[in-house]
Amino acid sequence: MEPLVKHVGNTAVLPRVNVDTDQIIPKQFLKRVERSGFGQFLFFDWRFLADGSDNPDFELNQESAKDATVLISDHNFGCGSSREHAPWALQDYGFRVVIAPSYADIFYNNCFKNGILPIKLEEKQVYTLMEKGKDKVYELTVDLETQKITDNDGFEAGFEIDSYWKQMLLNGWDEISLTLQYEDKISDYEKKLSV
Amino acid sequence: MQPKTIIEKIWDNHTILSEEGKPDLIYIDLHMVHEVTSPQAFEGLRLSGRAVRKPELTFATMDHNVPTDDRTNIKDAIAKTQMETLSKNCKEFGIEIADLDSPDNGIVHVIGPELGLTQPGKTIVCGDSHTSTHGAFGALAFGIGTSEVEHVLATQSLWQSTPKTMEVKVNGRLAPGVTAKDIILAIIAKHGVDFGTGYVLEYTGEAIRGLTMEERMTICNMSIEAGARAGLISPDQVTFDYLEGREKVPQGEAFEEAVAEWKALATDEGAVYDAVVEIDSDDIEPMVTWGTNPSQGVGIHGTVPSPDDAKNEADRKAIKQSLEYMDLTPGTKMTDISVEHVFIGSCTNSRLSDLRAAAAVAKGRKVAEGVRAMVVPGSQKVKIAAEKEGLDNIFKEAGFDWRESGCSMCLSMNPDFVPEGERCASTSNRNFEGRQGKGARTHLVSPAMAAAAAVAGKFVDVRTLEEPSVSK
Ligand code: SF4
Repeated sequence: MEPLVKHVGNTAVLPRVNVDTDQIIPKQFLKRVERSGFGQFLFFDWRFLADGSDNPDFELNQESAKDATVLISDHNFGCGSSREHAPWALQDYGFRVVIAPSYADIFYNNCFKNGILPIKLEEKQVYTLMEKGKDKVYELTVDLETQKITDNDGFEAGFEIDSYWKQMLLNGWDEISLTLQYEDKISDYEKKLSV
Repeated sequence: MQPKTIIEKIWDNHTILSEEGKPDLIYIDLHMVHEVTSPQAFEGLRLSGRAVRKPELTFATMDHNVPTDDRTNIKDAIAKTQMETLSKNCKEFGIEIADLDSPDNGIVHVIGPELGLTQPGKTIVCGDSHTSTHGAFGALAFGIGTSEVEHVLATQSLWQSTPKTMEVKVNGRLAPGVTAKDIILAIIAKHGVDFGTGYVLEYTGEAIRGLTMEERMTICNMSIEAGARAGLISPDQVTFDYLEGREKVPQGEAFEEAVAEWKALATDEGAVYDAVVEIDSDDIEPMVTWGTNPSQGVGIHGTVPSPDDAKNEADRKAIKQSLEYMDLTPGTKMTDISVEHVFIGSCTNSRLSDLRAAAAVAKGRKVAEGVRAMVVPGSQKVKIAAEKEGLDNIFKEAGFDWRESGCSMCLSMNPDFVPEGERCASTSNRNFEGRQGKGARTHLVSPAMAAAAAVAGKFVDVRTLEEPSVSK
């Protein structure tokens, strides 16, 4: 996994609540057996019109959001289905950071496993960022080491993150290798079970 | 000893490692696998040359893509590949699978309990958010992502932070005609789609104790729609009676020993939860959702709300978004909303008792003109049991379509879907935009209410449905 230490990128604002994983990646794209290439289907039903052309009203299609790598959205982001295709699609599309006031649990964890940093900020702060980023190119700097978000215009906000996930992202570790360092502990547990 | 909740007891029993600054490493007793969220996990194992650590604790089925008409002829090539990939992976890694032609095949959350794989005190995971269903047995069961599927396959363990515990107390007794589905829809309508975030819920109270295992599964199934990691119910005699004699459950003396252990798991008198919410079941009516998340529901005698009724800004936005998508006007009576489709099925409501409830309404009546109604049993076993009782004939005579088992129109990955702009009364668990097909409008209801909508062509209170006019 690619480590994430400090990220500077343009933002896309998606001011909707309860964005569920069925929207992030609709089910017709879950039939693939590969792990890559999901970015082209991200937000498919919102992003494209029936004839396959870009929906000009959809937030991610705005000129100012075209190369965004930071996604700002509202409460309960990523709710619904546990499909990891959702973070795969976000990541493949180019997002490295998501900012929202709250997330669904499974989605939140799935992000870290795919090199995406999901940041929780106060609702007020998120709405400030949405206001600032609306319809224009708006760049944010996300520093995972110091746990700070800043812009070029005086905005600054700290964020909380579990130290375990922080280390994983900073180092780009893969979780299975980490667990296998504790193989003896797992075996001990299994031995206890069988007696 | 300090009194503990069942959640804490199961957690303590499964902690392999607990260190500062890390989540706990917990052991997984049962890993259920299906075709959609597993191919990339098996591929990951192959790429890193790893084996499945405990194939005997892993069980696979295929359900999401399965056609419900002719399952021997799968026309969707990509779906077919996905199912074949699962069969191949199971063979290669030595995992038992209920393949398409197996009598055990069915929706993963229906067959786990049916086979007795699901047992009290187990930690159960599956790459599927409705794994919470298995909590009905007093198991700690939760959905995981594909990376975690790979992790469990390789290590039989997971890193998980200790959950917070919440008691969801359902007081009183259910009024006649009100079902488990109505309880859970009412709880979510009252407390919102994210009141459970970060928690494991334990459902308690008189109303819950009075439910059958199948009804308890319906409740636990939708815990995820409240944002919870899992939802469970302390096991009792109802649980043990359901399990006794099932294929994967210990038999004879071993069963008695297991029951003694299971009994000890129930939450201790005086145990303290991190949070408590309550609901009075006497207040609950048959529920119908009007919006695009499961909390957006009202009693059948209610009306579609207005964004102006919202408690806060986020809620106002959500109502506005939903009404636009659902093409509904504030103030519309739920009983004035007509439907073109009815879907009875899904891991929430496709068990034998669900089909019986729907058939009781369908019996002697006819599906209204212009309505397409389908019944999809949760498993092949449910299908055969229903046919033995003649439920299939009741449905067919009433004009319902009787299908093979699978997930079907719950998420429409297989060929069944609702066309754009049309409305469906569905016994499934999610009314998200596009869930049943692009532009499809889903209203969640109980099986009896779905059958009532089918015969009336619109939502009606099943308790006040006119006597059947069709002679038998
Ligand atoms: S029935 Fe629906 S909710 Fe249940 S496992 Fe299948 S797709 Fe998921």
